Amino acid sequence: MVAQNIAFGIVAAIMVWGALRVVTVNNVVHAALWLVLVLAGAAAQYVILAAEFIAITQVLVYIGAVMVLFLFGTMLTRARIGAERELNNKSWWLGVPSAGLLLGVLTLALVSGFGDEELPKDAAIVSTEQISDQIFGPYLLPFWALSFVLLVAVIGAIVLARKD
Amino acid sequence: MLVNQFLILGAVLFCIGVYGVIARRNAVMVLMSIELILNSVNLNLLAFALRNGSVDGHVFALYIITVAAAEVGVGLALVLLVYRNRKSIGLEELSEMKG
Repeated sequence: MVAQNIAFGIVAAIMVWGALRVVTVNNVVHAALWLVLVLAGAAAQYVILAAEFIAITQVLVYIGAVMVLFLFGTMLTRARIGAERELNNKSWWLGVPSAGLLLGVLTLALVSGFGDEELPKDAAIVSTEQISDQIFGPYLLPFWALSFVLLVAVIGAIVLARKD
Repeated sequence: MLVNQFLILGAVLFCIGVYGVIARRNAVMVLMSIELILNSVNLNLLAFALRNGSVDGHVFALYIITVAAAEVGVGLALVLLVYRNRKSIGLEELSEMKG
């Protein structure tokens, strides 16, 4: 349990630092690379939470596919890749009190709601079989809906991006 | 391990993402901040799945990953379209859009 807490602390510190860099850095490509760090840290947290299949999916889908999309989007919409000013709004400072207030309220609610409740120790790792039993059993209808969402997104992206 | 350590990490990431959505002017950066927000939600779902000993949270986490992938695809196609018409992806370019 102690080892898990140490691993959690290190990965959490890396994730928060990376996330702060994502929203403050002045270079779109660097922000994308910092985002890779955050997403990889999230995958590590999922492993700590006994969710191996989700962790692998996270690596495949986010770090593999979504980051490639982001880098292509950056390349296609910017002639030059490098630092640039004006990545922020003029009223960017409004984000600081908004996010700070939200964080305060959320932390207060979580601390008063869960206190120091412990996660169950030596929980069994959730197997892929259990997840697929759920997806193709009680959650079949959302799965179908999601398939349509993906289909519509693919068609929509092609229609929007092609040149006539 | 406490439940709260994962939930508060999720809350911190969520708030950083909210700050990014508000502060950023570049549409691609806003999409990245939205990814941060979705990831923090996944962290919460998996923490609760472990707490309650159920698999439902895992299923919803998978669904959120799928929706995020679809959202990035459509979002970047929109950004590309705006860039083609305006030669810029600043969000203030969209201020002329009337619903």
